[in-house]
Amino acid sequence: MKLQKPLDIAAIVLIIAALYMAFMFAPVERMMGAVQKIFYFHVASAWIAFFAFFITFVFSILFLVKQNFLFDDIAESSAEIGIMFCTIVLITGPIWARPIWGVWWTWDPRLTTTTILWFIYAGYIMLRKFIEEADKRAKFAAAIGIIGFIDVPIVFFSIRWWRTIHPNVVQKGGGGLHPDMLKAMLFAIFAFSVLYAAMMLKRVRIASLSRRIDAIGENNG
Amino acid sequence: MKYLGSISAIVSKDVLHELKSREIVVSMLLFSVLTVVVFSFIFEPGSQFKNEVVGGILWMSFVFAGILGLNKSMMSEVTGGNFSALLLAPVDRSAIFFGKAISNFLFIAMVEIFTIPLFMVLYNVNIFAYGAMPVVIFFLGTYGFAILGTLFSIISVNTRTREVMLPLLLLPIIVPVILSSVQALNIYILGHDPADAVKWMQLLAGFDAIFTVVVFAVFDFIVED
Repeated sequence: MKLQKPLDIAAIVLIIAALYMAFMFAPVERMMGAVQKIFYFHVASAWIAFFAFFITFVFSILFLVKQNFLFDDIAESSAEIGIMFCTIVLITGPIWARPIWGVWWTWDPRLTTTTILWFIYAGYIMLRKFIEEADKRAKFAAAIGIIGFIDVPIVFFSIRWWRTIHPNVVQKGGGGLHPDMLKAMLFAIFAFSVLYAAMMLKRVRIASLSRRIDAIGENNG
Repeated sequence: MKYLGSISAIVSKDVLHELKSREIVVSMLLFSVLTVVVFSFIFEPGSQFKNEVVGGILWMSFVFAGILGLNKSMMSEVTGGNFSALLLAPVDRSAIFFGKAISNFLFIAMVEIFTIPLFMVLYNVNIFAYGAMPVVIFFLGTYGFAILGTLFSIISVNTRTREVMLPLLLLPIIVPVILSSVQALNIYILGHDPADAVKWMQLLAGFDAIFTVVVFAVFDFIVED
């Protein structure tokens, strides 16, 4: 656990620096004004949410193959942190959308997919709370972790066929983005990645400690 | 051959049990027709926008009734300890799964066969005005629903809350099935270009194929103990 402290400090420093990059370094957007600043943390949160669910997917597979409960702890922790960032995405999005699009919400593919994603992993976390046996819990949760992640691109494509209006800043190689804005965005993603790593380390530790406590309880009870 | 034999043994067991008790199909059928009727209160009778929503109503009635039936079907396996007994049998576990999935598919298809004509009469729409292609939509949509629904019902009945978990897990995952089935069906109801419906059916077929493989790969791992 020597890594924990330096990671915590790095996360705090980097998030403050990311705030500086977003508010001071990056220029104010000509059309949208200050509300565009939310974009840096919005994109970074979205990136971390998807990354976290990807980690849950990978470690769900690893758990099923290797039956090592550490992998289950990692999958669980990553899903929990992922859903937190996913919630941030779903809150910051409408705050930006209201002045720019004129509505809080619209059924665009990325918004809708993110919402469905949120529900899939909310189900994943609920499922874990409702199964007592550690073995069953880990296996069933792994099934949801795998199927849920494979489902996401299919959900996205089906909804894209249905409708689309989300701004495509990243796909066109940062097309309409000022170089300094791009730097601020990439920095925010980096800062959030370190924050994710710091949180993961803590959350996995809690998960394995509570697993140990359960094991002690079973031995004595 | 042995694999197919195990599947058909499970299916015939389920069908026989259902023919005797009639619990699953009858309760599902009643519920799906009831959903169709209750949903008619969301618009004025004879409203001109009716045709744009009725396809969705039909699919929602199948989804809701399907969830009811899946829970019932799996609960009766688990309460008598039959499911554990099946898993002890010296056959491939995924054969047991696909047997259950096929019987669930048959039960839901049965409900659809009775609900669709009633639906067409009550809402005054003819789904089959442009040929029998909607049958393919029902087939693919129901298969996708049954395959994931069966897996999630096994997971759901093993939780403390029993049937509560099934819709919470299943609905977000089957969004592509619901969306493409409804969109494809709407094309036939509204008389739009059938080529667009084929695109949706391809998506459905892709979804079905992907998750058949995924469930086949995962099932063995999640039930072994």
